[in-house]
Amino acid sequence: MNNLVENLPFMKSKRLAFSLVAILILALMVPLFNQPYYTKLIARVCVFAIAAVSLDLIVGFAGMVSLGHAAFFGIGVYCAGILAQFGITSIGLVVPIALVVALVIGGVIGSISLRTSGLYFIFITLAFSQMIFFVAQGLRMFGGDDGFRLPGPTIWFDGISLSQPRVLAYTMIVTLLMVIFVTSRLMSSNFGQVIVASRDNPRKIRSLGIRPYPYQLLLFMISASICALGGVGFANLNEYVSPASISWVQSGEFLFMVILGSAGTIIGPVLGAAAFVCLEQLLSSWTDYWMFYLGIILMLRVIFLKSGLLGLLTRRSQ
Amino acid sequence: MSSNLLLEIVDLIKTFGAILVTNKVSLNVKPGELHALIGPNGAGKSTLINQITGELDANEGSIWFDGQMVNAMSISHRAQIGISRAYQVPQLFSSMTVSAHLNMAQIAKNHLGFQMWNPSVIHEGLSESLEMILSKVGLLHLANHPSSELAHGEKRQLEMAICLSSSPKLLILDEPLAGLGPSESAQMIELIRSLKGAYGILLVEHDMEAVFSLADRVSVLVNGEIISSGSVEFIQNDELVKAAYLGDELEAH
Repeated sequence: MNNLVENLPFMKSKRLAFSLVAILILALMVPLFNQPYYTKLIARVCVFAIAAVSLDLIVGFAGMVSLGHAAFFGIGVYCAGILAQFGITSIGLVVPIALVVALVIGGVIGSISLRTSGLYFIFITLAFSQMIFFVAQGLRMFGGDDGFRLPGPTIWFDGISLSQPRVLAYTMIVTLLMVIFVTSRLMSSNFGQVIVASRDNPRKIRSLGIRPYPYQLLLFMISASICALGGVGFANLNEYVSPASISWVQSGEFLFMVILGSAGTIIGPVLGAAAFVCLEQLLSSWTDYWMFYLGIILMLRVIFLKSGLLGLLTRRSQ
Repeated sequence: MSSNLLLEIVDLIKTFGAILVTNKVSLNVKPGELHALIGPNGAGKSTLINQITGELDANEGSIWFDGQMVNAMSISHRAQIGISRAYQVPQLFSSMTVSAHLNMAQIAKNHLGFQMWNPSVIHEGLSESLEMILSKVGLLHLANHPSSELAHGEKRQLEMAICLSSSPKLLILDEPLAGLGPSESAQMIELIRSLKGAYGILLVEHDMEAVFSLADRVSVLVNGEIISSGSVEFIQNDELVKAAYLGDELEAH
């Protein structure tokens, strides 16, 4: 166990660990103040952070840039919506179903996409997510292009549902913590190290007797599942189900969060998601062209911050 | 094939378009034997090695390893049954430490890659046997260094250590002396000498002095064809070899 803690990237710096604990305490306190706007903001950060961490597994650790991850986010959103349409709203059913659907579709998309690499991988993942986007758009009975109002929130027990900002926020915080824990363990295991080695030198890992494909496929499926978790949260956050959650713009935003935070670090994308949501709220209240400023910020990050926002928090102590 | 051969290549043919790069090559390595493959640049040595390891498919002919025909096997499968290659340009995992490379070779060898929950052995120290390998190649003092910070000669040594960590039966050494200084070369030659007998070794090398001092047998590849094969003495005195290749090299020494 000791060994594990040392291996988690965010435990190598005391300053970072301290900052993270402070952020977590803050996040846990906010919902207590009965300000639904800020409570939902926390939930929004967690929803996007879950998606960003899942994308980081593929982009950062496996070294393959996917521009179609919103497909799995959307699967989570639509699972929550469609199941609610049929009266299934228990979290004990919605979440496992969303996980399995994303796992299976992730398996199909991954098994084909992973036969390519580099630029082709970017395009094929984009193409698959566009296919899923248009399928969702074509679902007339489920709102088609406009989407539909979430018929009912996902519920824990009678009277405790994700439509209550506080319940939603705490549920998403706990889910995010679990995702961070599980992915950290996964990436510090033999499996995770094979993934990293395959990224560093695919030729060498083959010559040692390991074919990267089955490892990468399993990782892709796990990543898809985790992303769908975020999607279930997103449907409850907006109380709305829309094809926009599958759009390539959404995929691009996930990628933005991963890069802003620092890819291949798990905690970096969490910081990236937090920064993205805050910037989105601040800038969009100030100007309609907030995307423009977001672009400038990403440029500054690429030019000046070698290891992203995470680097800002670890720099001095290393 | 005869059962006392570790590697046997029979009438191998490989073409790139209209160019014949491997022309009916037959070659074998006995267990514990060091067989050197020499030839001028562009003779097709790397192409031949790539066909043995599986990075290239042969057009015709067969490759037998340890009693199995391996033509249709993938690179990783061939590695699993004991073919290990030290690349001419060391192929390392840039984000990993020296010792992590050896542990990774063991994970591959022992099929432990699908352990997904417990912390990887990669971050732990080395087992006794891996430590011995590392000290044998002279890298023990750098065990915890990132591989990206190693000097060229040290990367070479690590490349050798990785090969040995996967406990192979056949070592394919692709120009292990290229780019090494005189003292590093001498060290590497001693290392290879110490491995003789324990592994079948196919050595591709341009340094004739080293080849002639190490090899049990030498084959000469020119234009994709083996023009001569035999003991060191036989090759040194073969007129055909002298004419095609060795002349300049021998005069140089």
